[in-house]
Amino acid sequence: MASVKRKESVGDLKKGKVELTRGAVIRKPGNTTDYHTGSWRVFRPIIDQATCIKCSTCWRVCPDAAIFVDKDGKYIINYDYCKGCLTCLKECPVKAISKELEEK
Amino acid sequence: MALKEVRFHGRGGQGAVTSSQVLAVAAFHDGKFTQAFPNFGVERTGAPVESYTRIDSVPIDVRQHVYNPDYVIVLDPSLMANIDVTKGFEKKGLIIVNSNKTPKELGLGAFNAKCIDITKIALDVIGKPFVNIAALGAFASLSGEVSLKALDKAIDERFSEKGKIAGLNKEACKVVFNKCKEVK
Amino acid sequence: MKTVIEASEAVALGVKLSRVKVCPMYPITPSTHIPERISDYIFDGEMDAQMIHVESEHSAASALIGAILAGSRSFTATSSNGFELMYEILPILSGMRLPAVMAVANRTVAAPINIWNDHSDSMSARDQGWIQLYVESSQECVDTIIQCYKIAEDKKVLLPTMMCLDGFSLSHVYENVDLPGQKKVDAFLPSFKIEDKLDVKNPKTFGPIGFPDTFMELKKQQQDSMSNALEVIKKANKDYAKEFGKSYGDGLIELFEMDDAEYAILALGTICGTAKAKARELRSKGKKVGVIRLRSFRPFPVESLKKATKNLKGLAVLDRHISLGAKGPVFTEINSDISETNVFGYIAGLGGRDVTLEHIESVFKDLETGKQSKEWLL
Repeated sequence: MASVKRKESVGDLKKGKVELTRGAVIRKPGNTTDYHTGSWRVFRPIIDQATCIKCSTCWRVCPDAAIFVDKDGKYIINYDYCKGCLTCLKECPVKAISKELEEK
Repeated sequence: MALKEVRFHGRGGQGAVTSSQVLAVAAFHDGKFTQAFPNFGVERTGAPVESYTRIDSVPIDVRQHVYNPDYVIVLDPSLMANIDVTKGFEKKGLIIVNSNKTPKELGLGAFNAKCIDITKIALDVIGKPFVNIAALGAFASLSGEVSLKALDKAIDERFSEKGKIAGLNKEACKVVFNKCKEVK
Repeated sequence: MKTVIEASEAVALGVKLSRVKVCPMYPITPSTHIPERISDYIFDGEMDAQMIHVESEHSAASALIGAILAGSRSFTATSSNGFELMYEILPILSGMRLPAVMAVANRTVAAPINIWNDHSDSMSARDQGWIQLYVESSQECVDTIIQCYKIAEDKKVLLPTMMCLDGFSLSHVYENVDLPGQKKVDAFLPSFKIEDKLDVKNPKTFGPIGFPDTFMELKKQQQDSMSNALEVIKKANKDYAKEFGKSYGDGLIELFEMDDAEYAILALGTICGTAKAKARELRSKGKKVGVIRLRSFRPFPVESLKKATKNLKGLAVLDRHISLGAKGPVFTEINSDISETNVFGYIAGLGGRDVTLEHIESVFKDLETGKQSKEWLL
């Protein structure tokens, strides 16, 4: 699971981490990825790479864009952002995606 | 000189606003401070239009409309059926009317008024009934508040891209200017 | 160069002299002559700028955001209901700290529909975070547009600035103007640089969400910059005077015959010209009267006003706008800040009603008798 190094955000002002710029300009952008929005999943979808036919359906239907294609063309779920909605599981035409209960 | 105020009466499309502006520029060329502005009502061709020019030797502060003009210039006498062109006019000044009638016939017998048939001169010289600039020749001649030379310069600037139009208007202005010297 | 031009043209020349690069504009009476003149300059090759023909005033204001973030000095002009259509974008420009400059040819807002002058449009936006300067003459139009960029772009300020000129009563007036030269303007107003701009090589985030834990700090920054603007406006006026020989009071307020005045009228814009003419006449009759012209309404120059009014026996404020259900906005603020002086408030010149020498005389009379005879100058 890739962890993303946290960048500055306007919300860091109170924590004294960043200067509050005029007009709230964020000079190091892209901080949305700093928020790991998938931490509260109940179910974890898992792609079986042997069954996967690389049709890209899961990649297209994922509402959080949490599925990416790696350099070998494999479809990988980024669990930092996957909220466990399981839309991918429902839509997969070859049933290559299964679910597991998260341990918390 | 003290502040002089001029009121133009015309109809929408006749060029009364342009008259007031060209007069202001001419007065500037004579070294004066000036102010010219329209009093718009409905913006319709043929609707009565008033515009004003102020001329002074010192900077002008006042910005109310002109209520007591020293001079009134009526570009179209048919306006007088509906509008009192003498309103606020103090008798020491001068009313100039573009008309082939006499001031008495127009009901201006009690005022210092002069009638010049500017339309006829405009038709002779320009070939079209453009009286707004030619009327300034009458003002220059009868009031002495602005020079013909300054008027020529102002007309040239106003119609800079249309040399012929400037030339014809300057000519009409001059003819009216000279004609006024004959009017009693 | 000395000349006679319309105030709208003076505004357009100010824009040209300031080397503005982008003008998103949507013409509306009585501000129309401003985009017309700017179009002429661009078409004739006298001005190197892009005119954006937008489909509404809302888009004109929105395009200012993009143009300024792209690093271009930008300008627009509007009036009345066109101004109202910009309303949503005005606090975005100020909140994003973008130094836009806009000329407002003040016109009342419908209904009833009316094309003539009062301050209902710009006064209704007094809380939108824009600097508001009100001008009196064509000369001041050209001088103030140049100063507006100097003020808006100052690092201590960085706020959008509107210059308000009375529609028709000034926008359509031809009068004597002494135009500044381009070289001197270039020296006074350096080319536009913005610290945070759109750049694909160095991307930044603009206009993000401001959560409750930062929002108040960001608003306080804007308020602090407004306070800074008081000094910056004064300095711009002073520096401009040094270079071009034209100044307008201390930049915030302009005083006329106020040294030993007992009674004064305070107003904005062209009313002040007529008030000065009447005050001059009354002075010649031995009356100790003067005029205070409020040039900067935002920021509101409390200290300058306190100093100017401290020896007065009576002050009359003429508002060309009414906050319906309350009073004139300038009167309300003066009355809360200058409580030691006796202040009368009048509503004047709404929807193009001429404010006359007679009106001014009646107000001075009220001040002298110490009794306000009426509130509306009808």
